[in-house]
Amino acid sequence: MIPGAEAELLRRTVAMLERARLVPKGIAPLDPSGFAKSYSTPRRLAVWVKDVLDKQATLTEEVTGPAVKIAFKEGVPTPAAEAFARKNGVPVSELKRIETPKGEYLSATVVQKGRTAAEVIAAEMPKELAAIYWAKNMYWRAGKPERFVRPVLWMACLLGDAVVPVEFAGKTAARATYGHRVLAGGAAIEIEAPGSYGTQLAQAFVCVDVEVRRQRIRKALDHVTRKVAGARWREDEALVDGVTHLTEWPSVLLGNFEAAYLELPEEVLVTVMRDHQKYFAVEDAAGKLAPHFLAVLNIETNAVNEPIIRQGNERVLRARFNDARFFWEFDQRIPLRERAKLLENVTFQKDLGSYAEKTERVLKLVKQFTWMPWFTEQVKEGELGEAVLLSKADLTTELVKEFTELQGVVGGLYARAQGLPAVVADAIYDQYKPASGDDDVPRSVTGALLGVADRADTIAGMFGLGFEPTGSKDPFALRRAANGIVKILAEKDLPLSLHWIIEKSTENQDVAAKMRDFFRERVVFYLREVRGIPYDVVDAVGVELRPSQSNNDILFVLVRAEAIMAVRGRKEFQAIVSSFKRMKNILEQAKFPLDDRNIDLRYYKGRTDAEAVFALKAFELSREVEQLYYRNELLEALEKMSTLQPEIDVFFESVMVMDPDPEVRHRRLQLLAFVLFRFSQIADFSKLVIAG
Amino acid sequence: MVGKKALTFQELLFTLQRFWAEHGCVLQQPYDLEVGAGTMSPDTFLRVLGPKPISIAYAQPSRRPADGRYGENPNRLFRHTQLQVILKPPPERVQELYLESLVAIGIDLRQHDIKFEEDNWEWPVGGAWGVGWQVMLDGQEITQFTYFQQCGGMDLDPISGEITYGLERIAQFLQDLDSIYDIVWSRDPVTGKELTYGDVRLHEEQQFSAYSFDYADVDKLWQHLNLYEAECLGLLEQGREVMDPNPDTSGPPDRQKIERFPTMGAYELALKCSHAFNLLDARGAISVTERVGVMARIRTLIVGVAKLFAQQEQLKAGGV
Repeated sequence: MIPGAEAELLRRTVAMLERARLVPKGIAPLDPSGFAKSYSTPRRLAVWVKDVLDKQATLTEEVTGPAVKIAFKEGVPTPAAEAFARKNGVPVSELKRIETPKGEYLSATVVQKGRTAAEVIAAEMPKELAAIYWAKNMYWRAGKPERFVRPVLWMACLLGDAVVPVEFAGKTAARATYGHRVLAGGAAIEIEAPGSYGTQLAQAFVCVDVEVRRQRIRKALDHVTRKVAGARWREDEALVDGVTHLTEWPSVLLGNFEAAYLELPEEVLVTVMRDHQKYFAVEDAAGKLAPHFLAVLNIETNAVNEPIIRQGNERVLRARFNDARFFWEFDQRIPLRERAKLLENVTFQKDLGSYAEKTERVLKLVKQFTWMPWFTEQVKEGELGEAVLLSKADLTTELVKEFTELQGVVGGLYARAQGLPAVVADAIYDQYKPASGDDDVPRSVTGALLGVADRADTIAGMFGLGFEPTGSKDPFALRRAANGIVKILAEKDLPLSLHWIIEKSTENQDVAAKMRDFFRERVVFYLREVRGIPYDVVDAVGVELRPSQSNNDILFVLVRAEAIMAVRGRKEFQAIVSSFKRMKNILEQAKFPLDDRNIDLRYYKGRTDAEAVFALKAFELSREVEQLYYRNELLEALEKMSTLQPEIDVFFESVMVMDPDPEVRHRRLQLLAFVLFRFSQIADFSKLVIAG
Repeated sequence: MVGKKALTFQELLFTLQRFWAEHGCVLQQPYDLEVGAGTMSPDTFLRVLGPKPISIAYAQPSRRPADGRYGENPNRLFRHTQLQVILKPPPERVQELYLESLVAIGIDLRQHDIKFEEDNWEWPVGGAWGVGWQVMLDGQEITQFTYFQQCGGMDLDPISGEITYGLERIAQFLQDLDSIYDIVWSRDPVTGKELTYGDVRLHEEQQFSAYSFDYADVDKLWQHLNLYEAECLGLLEQGREVMDPNPDTSGPPDRQKIERFPTMGAYELALKCSHAFNLLDARGAISVTERVGVMARIRTLIVGVAKLFAQQEQLKAGGV
């Protein structure tokens, strides 16, 4: 929560100063031209804006009032004139008259005296502080006058070297701040000026700059790991971020554990270290887990306290590993095949039945995929069936109850330990992959099918109950599930269509229709966010789910999008796209029906005028382009298409489409509609945005 | 800890109790019913309701049948001991005060790594939640620190600060031990003879683990649960009538009747249900489907008690 709040405080403070005209003209504090910076630790948020003006400029404004004929009766001001003067703080005698189209009106010159920056900050800052968003906040004072992440203990606010007594949460900002709870004691630190905030706090054992703290942690991790020859700490950006926001004065400690624990699966050991203890794992030169860990502390270590702290952390980890080992051995007493039967008593969702029922449904669903020849070669039906039936068995294990984040992984590990085929074990292990857009997809086709069918069953079931995601609400993470399916289909190159998957996962046509809309959005999301394809290209190729079993809708979109990406920078391609746009404009302005596109080739045959040359060439080329398109030679198709340009240019230079003769005009519009249609298999090129 | 002997388990308890007594806490005795956590004692759950300030501390043996390990696991217990401190309202420097309590039990803060990690506490069955931290000492969670926000589904005014020390973990830490059962519980001042945690409690762990996992009679437990629930619901019904009499059928509110109405009795019945549920759970007798339903039933009781208690306190304060 702290990083979000820090960024918001910075944004709000700068926006407040800009609104209040307290930032010099031409300076944007958040741009490189200006200087605004934020800081945070677990117990403080701070922002420093340079270039704040001392005072707002005086603002002079002309305000229009009532009409003169209402404001004065026989030269005497009426109550309307007096009220206007009073409202603007000007005597009636100083009101002016202005001519407007509606007649003569009163006007007043209002001079708004600028307030000092200190006044503005004292008045505005409390509102900004109160408005900061916290995912979970609290109240602590009677009457709940404010909510904040934790009780506010002190505030400091300086404008230059002067205190601005901002009031918030029952506190008045002063000059004092406090250092590290243990290392600096409780004495107040008097901040001299904004510029010395960081250095004064550093003397009090607080590294207040998040990036500096992050780098300090990274360096210390590197440095301490060097004590073990050839070792490296396992990169974990999320963990680095976590400990950065958990410490004020970080240091790193190297601890050890008994090598015997390395017999446990690495996944379990790393999860215990990372998720439960916030320790970094250490690996040897070969990338194998080494019996060490790194803990990030919020204190300086020395020869006296280092062994004490190390032993403490080692003891805790030992206890955790012992627990894990106990579970690992205990769970093995009941093999997965027997556990699968226990799933009858584990509810998946109250209206969708138990996990046993879910796996039965998933099994039926995968069979709808695998009868196709390509899959018969890639997948052994028995193995896929076993993987499906055992996929959720690990939900009954103690290890998964203790480490829920390891579901799937644990099942895979047990499957391997119990001598099941590697394909089965890996499929179970990989079933929740990809967990995000950056994550890998399952290694095998068997794993991919399990992952697709399991998610499709969940989505269909939840949609059937009316639990589809709305806005920011997606309590069952169905978007993530659908993103997983899309990524697997695209990246495993599966000959399987989303349309087919949807059809087979539900019998309810309304649900299927809703799922198609939902999946179309997820495909667009994948193309844009994961593949980085610009919006106009996605729009031009169009995402459609096609009623076919084996045509992978996503790949169909993807290959066309990628072909366009490859040529969209080329001049000749941009020229032809502009020409298509021009044709479309002409047709639209003429309100010409786009399906009126039959051309009379006999009429054109043998003629040599620009229109005929264009028509004949377009006809010729469109057939060649179509051939290439069906052979999946998209780049060549696009290149071929561009060779129509000279004829188009001559046509537009010498022929008036909107000829006065209605018959001629109709024939030419038909020709344009024909051309647009014949060249739109790959994409609707008129939707592309062409630079310049 | 170098040179000086670490506190025994009982010295640890004395020291923390004295510390909090010196900081204005009333020392209460452990609650004499089965509870899963110090929070469930009425000295926390009911006292945090309403406007009356209180500072109170007590040790609370806390039973979690599913955590029993027959005394074989050196770090898990069927019954552990919490030291619960309720500060209503919490003083502003409550975190510093807490750190002073650690110094009092012999922890030199400069020689250890202490972190306050964000950890928000929630007890859905009690309609209770708060925000706070788990306190980590050299990688071990030793305390849960919570600013109570809601209880029985009601906003608290004032809020309470709750500090829950895990006494076994702290003792294990102070005495530098791998097993809870090796904790020195007491040391005879004359002979120097030491009794360990295992000497004092191992048989309880063995027998109660066996009871929870192997012997408890599932049918009878269901009957207990149903009986306690029925009586609790009956009391709640009567309580509502006492606090909010129907003017057509009853007379005006009766002050003595209000004061004497046994809402706390209803609470004990709800706690009995909760414990029966925990035993059934440990026994593996509650399917996942049933689980949600039974928890909702217990929630009805506990939240119902909290609401009734709040109303009762309000009526008493208002002087009917």
